[in-house]
Amino acid sequence: MSLLLETCISLLLVIGGLFGLIGSFGLLKLKTPMQRLHAPTKATTLGVGATLLAAAIAMYWQTGSASWQVVMISVFLFLTAPVSALYLAKTHLHLGKDPLPPTSTKADWAGKRR
Amino acid sequence: MRKLFPHPYLSVTLFVAWILLVNSAALGSALVALVLAAALPHVTAAYWPGRAHIRHPLALARYVALVLWDVLTANIHVARLILFTPADQLQSAWISVPVDLQSPEALALLAGTITLTPGTLTAEFSADSKTLLIHALHAPDPDAIRDDIKSRYEARLKRIFA
Amino acid sequence: MLHLALAFAIGCFALALLLNLWRLATAPQITDRILAVDTMVVNIIALIVLYGVQTGSTLGFDAAMLFAMTGFVSTVAFCKYLLRGGIIE
Repeated sequence: MSLLLETCISLLLVIGGLFGLIGSFGLLKLKTPMQRLHAPTKATTLGVGATLLAAAIAMYWQTGSASWQVVMISVFLFLTAPVSALYLAKTHLHLGKDPLPPTSTKADWAGKRR
Repeated sequence: MRKLFPHPYLSVTLFVAWILLVNSAALGSALVALVLAAALPHVTAAYWPGRAHIRHPLALARYVALVLWDVLTANIHVARLILFTPADQLQSAWISVPVDLQSPEALALLAGTITLTPGTLTAEFSADSKTLLIHALHAPDPDAIRDDIKSRYEARLKRIFA
Repeated sequence: MLHLALAFAIGCFALALLLNLWRLATAPQITDRILAVDTMVVNIIALIVLYGVQTGSTLGFDAAMLFAMTGFVSTVAFCKYLLRGGIIE
């Protein structure tokens, strides 16, 4: 039982570390600013989520008392990642001059500079 | 009761979040949590003009499970794109997705879902909240992504929120 | 086995932090810099928690939580400043 648990925690840690690394690598490798926004919002969030999950299980296993703070941190990260990504995308659109497709109705995009 | 807790979901969330944050279920922290759960919705009342009407809580739980599963597959997909596709072969595209969700909560949920799932990212709303602007990391066929979002996520959200 | 996996994960996140620092120094645009700092915050949270697991103490978890909150708020505040020229509306 304990070996199985240890294997699970180790696997989660390795997967988390790899995804965190991929996220930061994508930030360097991708070419355009909007493409770069994809890497940290998805890969890093999942990587840190998996790592924190492993840490929570490991702490419970080692000390015998559950540490809910770590779970709360990963929930918080998962909730805030889309919001900061939306804000960064809005800022990029505000500062840049990307050609945008038309909207489906008469109203224009909300952040468009007039 | 209704006057003390105008937003029951919010109050319950605050109560549970506080208990988990201080990491103890002692009487003292439960009392503080109760005070916070009663006070914070009133203090932030200006930000909660309406209330979300969730018709099927069970369907919402199923939706969350579906999104979590999609987050996993999305990450493997994006990781493969980052690692193995040369950067100049990525066909990124802007896609405008018309939505007809009414409630702001459903819209926010849809936008968050899109950001967390396969290679897409919500970038902007239209001024009348009827269109979402989405950036796709690798989209050889933008129309397929639009249809996928509409059938996979929007249809479910429309059923959940009245 | 757990020690090896822990060391591997810490190494991965430390390397990721270095990559972010490199991006921060060479970023072509201001949004890239904000994104690099935001990613650094997330990686640092992972490092703090992993260090806590390694030493078996939960003391750092509060710091990690504060980091998560201030990191998010500072990202949004920075974007808001660039969008509107002010933070408080």
